[in-house]
Amino acid sequence: MSMTPYLRPGLAKPAPSRDGLDTAFWEGLQQEKLLLQRCNGCNRWQWGPEWVCHRCHSFDLRYEETAAEGIIYSHERIWHPVHPALAEQGPYVVVLVELPHADGVRIVGNLVGDPHQPLVIGAAVHAVFEHHLDDDPVHTLLQWAVS
Amino acid sequence: MTTDRTLRGKAAVVGVAETEYYKWGRSPDPEFKLAIAAVLGACANAGIDPADVDGFSSYSNDRSDASRLSAALGCKQLSFASMQWGGGGGGGSGAVANAAAAIATGQAECVVVFRALAQGQFGRFGQGPRSRMVSGTAAHTLPYGLMSAAHSFAMKVNRFMHDHGVKQEALRAISLASYAHAQQNPRAVMHGRPLDEAAYDASRWIVEPFHLFDCCQENDGAAAMVLVSAERAKDFDHNPCYVLAAVSGSQHRAGAPVHNTPEYASSGFTTVAPRLYRMAQLGPSDVDVLQSYENFTGGVMMSIVEHGFCSAEEVNDFLTLENLSAPSGTLPLNTSGGNLAECYMHGLGLNIEAVRQIWGESTCQVPNAEVAMVGSGPMVTPVSSCIFGSEATL
Ligand SMILES: [Zn+2]
Repeated sequence: MSMTPYLRPGLAKPAPSRDGLDTAFWEGLQQEKLLLQRCNGCNRWQWGPEWVCHRCHSFDLRYEETAAEGIIYSHERIWHPVHPALAEQGPYVVVLVELPHADGVRIVGNLVGDPHQPLVIGAAVHAVFEHHLDDDPVHTLLQWAVS
Repeated sequence: MTTDRTLRGKAAVVGVAETEYYKWGRSPDPEFKLAIAAVLGACANAGIDPADVDGFSSYSNDRSDASRLSAALGCKQLSFASMQWGGGGGGGSGAVANAAAAIATGQAECVVVFRALAQGQFGRFGQGPRSRMVSGTAAHTLPYGLMSAAHSFAMKVNRFMHDHGVKQEALRAISLASYAHAQQNPRAVMHGRPLDEAAYDASRWIVEPFHLFDCCQENDGAAAMVLVSAERAKDFDHNPCYVLAAVSGSQHRAGAPVHNTPEYASSGFTTVAPRLYRMAQLGPSDVDVLQSYENFTGGVMMSIVEHGFCSAEEVNDFLTLENLSAPSGTLPLNTSGGNLAECYMHGLGLNIEAVRQIWGESTCQVPNAEVAMVGSGPMVTPVSSCIFGSEATL
């Protein structure tokens, strides 16, 4: 499912890291897949992107698809715009989503829908892929909706 | 167990000073000039020739380079130049620790801890970056509008408040205490600008749970303090203000990218505070007055819990304006007005205020203050804390 952009245009657009560390993640989102790092040494998931597994120190981390669903670990409703692009935005919601299918690693996104909606820690959410395929660089943002 | 591996009582603060404090962008002077003025002021306060300063210690990537300072001030030599890693005010007490460690280990004789900021010259903290593209760790937060310090920390505080049933009134009490104390302090930028409950409640949200008055100011200015060995400190005009402990650090994987630190709902002091008390050979009940870095009130609230002044479940009862007010509160807090209402000098003003409490020179003096604590930079990594004490505490 695609969606109209949650935030007004003009914020910095994400590009894969020049060193290639998170390229697979960003390319996966364009295919509507959530790919995160998983260690070939100990098979545990790890996020954000890093070159080494913090548990077993293996450098052999792969990108693997995980279910794009989770629970709200924390949240914030932001009112004060700190960027000109958001001057007319009004309040918006950022959530920190815990991914139970990936050892509980967390990922940041917006919670789509009414920005005044009640925000509930522990609520189940699922991914909504926000494509920016005409943008330069082409990218997809990973957003969340209450299930 | 006795050990020599301690800073307890090895170094003392003998002089402090700050420039005039300005709202951000209002300083008539450039940042480096502010830094020099603060250092000269602290040396004058100590009664020491600036040429005898042989070390500089700062944090948060201060732009006033130690070698340039040493040259500009005509110091006879430079023996120690130290920059604490990490942004924000997390290094405020860490820089004190580094200075004291240099003195204790014979690397330097007279070290100045300083911080200088001219945000008109170099840009503001509270604004999002303006670049067209972003990559690396920031690419995983910034395009979602998570782009300021307030945004980075509000989710920690929301989670903590949720887990422990903390009410907004606890945060409000922290803000009210700072503003109340600032009304006694002519140096405070918010001197003459009192705050009451109604004005706090009516103030706009920046990001929930932070109202406008839960957020630090942005300021221009500079602050400095002079440290020497405990032996030398007795030769100066001030009663020595000893460093009883100063430590920095963070928890297991506090820096895990994209909000993946395991101990998320935390100010970052859970490993630091026990080391602090162990070094000081004191506990929270020994602390007479607390200066606790307010980037945001929620960070102060968690810092107070993690330094053991009350449990998370006691926050609503403990954090009241009465308890936090000098001179007679249970735990007088941010007695200069702190970052909220005196000045946001990345928290070095808090260290100076702690010293003034030990000297009996605060504008909100706590009677017979013998032990003054500073907590620096909650929610960043690394954070740091220190405890200053009078001669009687050695
Ligand atoms: Zn591993």
